[in-house]
Amino acid sequence: MKFNKYIVLVIVFFALVILLAIGLSLDPREVPSPLINKAAPDFSLPVLESQNPKELLQSNTNSKDNAEKVVNNLNNISPRDLKGKFWLLNVWATWCISCRAEHTLLVDFANKNPDVTIIGLNYKEVRGDSDIDSSKMSEETERSLADSRAKKWLVERGNPYDWVAMDLNGRIGIDYGVYGVPETYLIDKEGIIRMKHTGPLTPEIINSKILPTIKSLGM
Amino acid sequence: MQKFLISNLKISVISIVLFSVLFILTNANFYASEITESATATNPLHEKRLQNLSAEFRCLVCQNQTIADSDADLAVDLRKEIRTMIADGKTDEQIIDFMTERYGDFVLYRPPFKAQTALLWLLPAAFFAIGVMIFFNFVTKNKRSSQQNSNENSNNISENKLSAEELQQAKDLLK
Repeated sequence: MKFNKYIVLVIVFFALVILLAIGLSLDPREVPSPLINKAAPDFSLPVLESQNPKELLQSNTNSKDNAEKVVNNLNNISPRDLKGKFWLLNVWATWCISCRAEHTLLVDFANKNPDVTIIGLNYKEVRGDSDIDSSKMSEETERSLADSRAKKWLVERGNPYDWVAMDLNGRIGIDYGVYGVPETYLIDKEGIIRMKHTGPLTPEIINSKILPTIKSLGM
Repeated sequence: MQKFLISNLKISVISIVLFSVLFILTNANFYASEITESATATNPLHEKRLQNLSAEFRCLVCQNQTIADSDADLAVDLRKEIRTMIADGKTDEQIIDFMTERYGDFVLYRPPFKAQTALLWLLPAAFFAIGVMIFFNFVTKNKRSSQQNSNENSNNISENKLSAEELQQAKDLLK
């Protein structure tokens, strides 16, 4: 009987060890998205315009590729415009510190993968900044302030985005389940969300999740 | 093993009932949570619904708070969104669906009882019952064995009568 008790205890101990090993390796703050394999929620948002397209081009190393990155006649952008292309939706803002960390990676990715369209979703550029009191701001003021801040940032740090959609009040962010900027979505040619990553992009995520998914779904 | 369970059945049932009572008491919301925001049109019925609904959703930024309690930007935005939906005449169910469609089941502060969460709900009660059973078993085992010992002792004492010689010896010693 004593021998049996011993065996049971040992088994229970190892079961606990395995449970803890799995549990402690998970990130409890990470919220899995219910949007995976569902259609990307529709929107129609104003695009970040540049009075001087060359401004946005200058900061990039490879100017030939970036001829395509000039904001063209689009006034508004919607996921419908992107059917037939693989695209990344990268949620960012200039007040977001972690976004700076992933930005160089994104610029690098954009240069190495010119076939992948990258759309920036500029999220609450003015309202999300705790240093700004936007409560009394008019819509136009908020819009132009957001535009100028975003532009300046992209000129300084490089522009990986084909287009930047301006989500001033964060309403589209809610539709995409955004809860912690930066977030990145991979959307396929039919407009289905295939992957969502919360937090700054890392080389591991790019190499182990984004690129393989693109390859497997057939570029 | 079966003897163990049966002999402790009464205790385990009582413990599960106790646990359920505690559980219900801790989940009842006896106080109203304060939402401090200036609503443009304060409809008290709507605000009450907003308060009740917000208390059911988790703030995903401060994940151990509800949207009702959290001051995070996202919580403020979501309260605004829910208020708009209430004003639009959406039902509670529609609003809950709206939230879970975008944020998943984790946004529900009380996890729904599904196949995946069955263990989450049942294991605490089960562990509590097992713990109580083991505790009682431990306590009564000592009691039982000590009772056995005292029975043996009283038997021995009755057998250990002093012989006449020993009785005389004892009397001499006690003088």
